[in-house]
Amino acid sequence: MPITGTSENEGAALLRHYEQLLVIRRCEERLQRLFAEGEVPGFIHLGIGQEAISVGVMSALQPADTLASTHRGHGHALAKGMPLEGFFAELLARDTGVCRGRGGSMHVADMSIGMLGANGIVGAGLSIATGSALAHKLKGNGQIAVSFFGDGALAEGLLHECGNIASLMKLPLLLVCEANGWSEFSPASSQIAFNLAKWSAAYGIIYRKVDGNDVVAVAEAAAALTEAIRSGGGPALLTCTTHRWRGHFEGDAQKYRNADEPEPRDPTVVAEEHLAAAGVGAQRLAQIAARVESEIEDAITKARAAPPARFDAALADVYTSASSGEAL
Amino acid sequence: MAQLRYGAAISQALADAMEADPTVIIMGEDIAGAGGSFGITRGLLDKFGPGRVIDTPISEAAIAGMAVGAAMSGLKPVLEIMFMDFTTLAMDAMVNQAAKARFMFGAQVSVPMVLRTPHGGGVSAGPQHSQCLEAWFAHVPGLKVVCPSSPANAYGLLRAAIADPDPVVFVEHKGLYGQRGEVPQVLAAIPLGEAVTVRAGDHVTVVAYGAVVAIAMQAAEHLASEAISLEVIDLQTIQPWDEAAVLASLAKTGHLVVVHEAVEQFGVGAEIAARMADVGFAHLKGPIVRVGAPFMPVPFSAELEMQYRPSAARVVAAVRKALGKE
Repeated sequence: MPITGTSENEGAALLRHYEQLLVIRRCEERLQRLFAEGEVPGFIHLGIGQEAISVGVMSALQPADTLASTHRGHGHALAKGMPLEGFFAELLARDTGVCRGRGGSMHVADMSIGMLGANGIVGAGLSIATGSALAHKLKGNGQIAVSFFGDGALAEGLLHECGNIASLMKLPLLLVCEANGWSEFSPASSQIAFNLAKWSAAYGIIYRKVDGNDVVAVAEAAAALTEAIRSGGGPALLTCTTHRWRGHFEGDAQKYRNADEPEPRDPTVVAEEHLAAAGVGAQRLAQIAARVESEIEDAITKARAAPPARFDAALADVYTSASSGEAL
Repeated sequence: MAQLRYGAAISQALADAMEADPTVIIMGEDIAGAGGSFGITRGLLDKFGPGRVIDTPISEAAIAGMAVGAAMSGLKPVLEIMFMDFTTLAMDAMVNQAAKARFMFGAQVSVPMVLRTPHGGGVSAGPQHSQCLEAWFAHVPGLKVVCPSSPANAYGLLRAAIADPDPVVFVEHKGLYGQRGEVPQVLAAIPLGEAVTVRAGDHVTVVAYGAVVAIAMQAAEHLASEAISLEVIDLQTIQPWDEAAVLASLAKTGHLVVVHEAVEQFGVGAEIAARMADVGFAHLKGPIVRVGAPFMPVPFSAELEMQYRPSAARVVAAVRKALGKE
């Protein structure tokens, strides 16, 4: 379908972004229900409202680029290309899960697409991505590494250590702060005394700040920064302001939140506005939504039918080589 | 047989591993230009260049995490942490990331990194530059822990550690760096997880690793004059440790003493004693006795440190206790 008012490529990209936004949103809405119904065990941290950051940043990445994620990592995994069935199977603790049911929500990972893992430790992904960027640089493969983190991680020492090292070594590293205003249960303003623009300037790191609810703005900024990084400019930091719609974790009563928080902009609605301006009709969007929902239901059905995680296989995978401990 | 110092053997193993495998890099604080605090990496910068011999800032948490990320991205990093005491700052990377990545990601990836670090006292380095913390790492599923006692096994075990697909904590003893020893004419890797009997004997099995193997050997010499024959086993690898070798020796002697420089409580000796009390119970003819440091930080004073560290005399006393000849 020709899209007026914009180039065909841009229109196609926008539609792809929209579909990815919907995939992440609908997946997490389904997880919300599956968790409430007791089908998904453990802790899950939803990023509903923050999807445009994952989609926008990932649109600037190549398949072999790597990323290290956070405890709120579903969007990063799905936007980089994690298959839905493996994703849901993992959350449902199945043997067919991407991590064979050993990691769960907080550790979804897919090495085949450079997704080096969600992470249960705030800020840990900073050093993993920095190391991955070092590997890219030494191999001279033209790839970059991305570290996603939230406001809470700004208080971790690793931000300083990794910012310093990445700048010194001019590593191909993109730091993405998903600034949702919260550090777990506390307002970021009560936890963080500095701002990232000045921080970046002090470390000699390229800095941009965008509306993290606008996938077009995020994608444009990410494209510009990744180009600068790939051309040897050293690390860059992108702050994406956004809003955490849900609690820190599912089940969080959120008594700390104020009723007078501003109404968040919905990234899917923002994208729909862009698409409407580009002449894409509601019918087309409805088709996409129907397909996304059908794919998700299909993945959940398959995940539910899959065998549960296996203890013997887990025990055998503590070490790689045969000369190891209990796995012998 | 050729002669090599312990430190030079480690240096040689690093150079040979880098020669053999272009994905091996070494990184750490002052390891390139300065050649390392103990001079172990001297000369490697000239040989392999700054791309593979990387000086890092004093950022233990970051560089350990970077080693994990680099290992997950196709390199084999060998990270030097200047003193084992400083590994406390690298614990998240080692315990939560390196150790668990393979398991928690469903075996999609291994983390082929080595963390080299010196432990041990004897040089008045004080409470924060002398600790033996290997039991901490041995307690974490997913990590391997190696502790060489001689130039020959320092070389061979480090080659095996670097070639190993899993994260290995390679614990050197700073007191041994200058010590000379015989090494084979043709240097080769020594498999991880295998102990070696460094002295055969009949009456008491003495299990040791690292620098205290020499102390166990001194005790064996001393007791030989009393017709007490010790079988000394150098564990070489602490995790996974060679249970079969220790059990086989215990089956022969019926008595067991475990020696290490680390504090006795909750240590490697406790694990070995517990396992042997279980699987080796039928062979035991007396109590299993441990020789380790007392439950206190490592003191600075040379006098105090001498009392603190295990000695041949303490091993001799432990053997007598094991034999019921106190």
